[in-house]
Amino acid sequence: MSAAEPQAVIRIQGLLTRLGGRVLHDHIDLDVLKGEVLGVVGGSGSGKSVLLRSIIGLQQPTEGRIEVFGQNVADLDGDELVRMQIRWGVLFQDGALFGDQTVAENVQIPLREHSDLTQQLMDEVASVKLSMVGLPQDAASKYPAELSGGMRKRAGLARALALDPELLFLDEPTAGLDPISAAQFDTLVRDLQRSLQLTVFMVTHDIDTLRATTDRIAVLVDSKIKVGTIASLRDDANPWIHEYFAGVRGRAALAA
Amino acid sequence: MQGSSAEDSAWYTIEREGSTFRLVVGGSWIISEARRLDPALRELDTAGTARVEIDCGALGRLDTIGAWLLLRTKRILEHRGIVVQPVNVRPEYRALVHTIDFECRAPPVELPPPHSFASRLERIGRGLCHTLNQGYQLIGFFGLVVYETVATVVQPRRLRVAALVHQMEETGLNALPIVGLLSFLVGVVFGYQGSDQLRQFGAELFTVNLLGIGFLRELGGLMAAIIVAGRSGSAFAAQIGTMKVSEELDAIQVSGLNTVEVLVLPRLLGIIITLPLLTFYSNVMGLIGGAAMCYLDLGITIPAFLHQLRSAVVGWTFWIGLIKAPVFALIIAMVGCHQGFQVERNASSVGRHTTQAVVESIFLVIVADAAFSITFSLLGI
Repeated sequence: MSAAEPQAVIRIQGLLTRLGGRVLHDHIDLDVLKGEVLGVVGGSGSGKSVLLRSIIGLQQPTEGRIEVFGQNVADLDGDELVRMQIRWGVLFQDGALFGDQTVAENVQIPLREHSDLTQQLMDEVASVKLSMVGLPQDAASKYPAELSGGMRKRAGLARALALDPELLFLDEPTAGLDPISAAQFDTLVRDLQRSLQLTVFMVTHDIDTLRATTDRIAVLVDSKIKVGTIASLRDDANPWIHEYFAGVRGRAALAA
Repeated sequence: MQGSSAEDSAWYTIEREGSTFRLVVGGSWIISEARRLDPALRELDTAGTARVEIDCGALGRLDTIGAWLLLRTKRILEHRGIVVQPVNVRPEYRALVHTIDFECRAPPVELPPPHSFASRLERIGRGLCHTLNQGYQLIGFFGLVVYETVATVVQPRRLRVAALVHQMEETGLNALPIVGLLSFLVGVVFGYQGSDQLRQFGAELFTVNLLGIGFLRELGGLMAAIIVAGRSGSAFAAQIGTMKVSEELDAIQVSGLNTVEVLVLPRLLGIIITLPLLTFYSNVMGLIGGAAMCYLDLGITIPAFLHQLRSAVVGWTFWIGLIKAPVFALIIAMVGCHQGFQVERNASSVGRHTTQAVVESIFLVIVADAAFSITFSLLGI
């Protein structure tokens, strides 16, 4: 792969999603470029999470193609799909940690399945990953139920990063966190993205997160998608987009 | 080990110049290479050197694990009192190396071995404390429910009639098919096995006595109680537990309602009313099954069966079966609801407590049945 010109890591073409008789995505196109952080916003029920689930293959699109790393996700199965899944990491909304395993064991699950590391090295790697996401060392031997929401998200991120993926999916990473933890999480995502050269696809509601972390923003509104930067979307003609970026909360966040 | 292309497998070479030691690394230092590199890097022989240079100029790819291996090597050497100097680190790797170096200051945690004697002992101790605590809490919960029941008796308007009727339908009416079918089948099996054994003594007719006393005194009640424990005890725990997870219990409380009054009393009363009825129904269905078997296997006609039954079932036999039912009902409802309230605020604990509700209530029902047996035999009835 040449790094000379930006390549699309994710390429969505003509995606149509129909759920329960309702059209969520009406022939949308979207490219996510290598090395960028793309934020996806939209009102509740606008299909942000469904879009994410469609890209990672948990939801079959009604029509259209979704290519990740140049391969149509819907066509993959078996080993090909596993090879693809190793190259991406997913952080689900509440971490989706396995409740009967400790945090360290959770982080080691992808390592155990998809690498040949010794137990000693896996312990070290788990410890490195947990430090990278800013968890204290004593969190390693705790169970998810013993952690706060913010710590669960960090642990989920450590698991998502276990195999050094190139592409990271984040589903509402800052929802339910207090503003200080949310800001720390934003910085964390940005730092990790720079040092690991990640491409990040992030679904969020949080306009502070958008400002702090994203390079481009995709807005899902009226089943269509509109891509831009905060500056360009602020003057958009669509009332929802305008209200989102230029409304009271938007202005306050962007003025900060 | 020497390689040239960046996409090659990982390699390192050692060059010594006097007291300076050069560790030249190259190729792809990535996760798939880590297992091969790991042991040798732990045991790097640096005897007699005071300075080590780690030359990263030939590195093709570097991921977190590769960077960690390099950093760990650096730290191991530094721990031996050697000055370590990384050289030729490419700018694109600096951020990653810096992040790991900065964040991973604490030594890796030593996890306690999970299968040591001490940890087993600890688990046994925890299990015992948990069980004792459960018993203690159940008694406390029983007291609370008794208090609320008395309050409701004093003020009957507090009873939620609609909820009570709904619970009676759920636990009683809807259980009729399964209780009926299983009791019928147990009656058939009992009749067949009984007649098979008693025929050897020429005492086939006493199969009827066996069925009548066995079912009316013990089996009917136990069958109904165990099925209801499985159907409704688990449902109580799951319903109340789910409400706890979704904070509905808290919502009930802050709305000025009483959780015991709203959730427990209708379930408790519903099951206390319906379980004796189900027991009677189970008795009837069991006897029908037994009668069918007696007719087919032994040729005992229905009138003969009834005649023999009337002479066998005397005194308290029928009532002993029914007296036990409300007690079983109380156990099932108490354990089910109590387990529901014990649920913690995560989804997996709903499943755990539901299972525990069933196991615990069936266990206690059988213990209670044994206690009844002993009591009745002491009383001579």
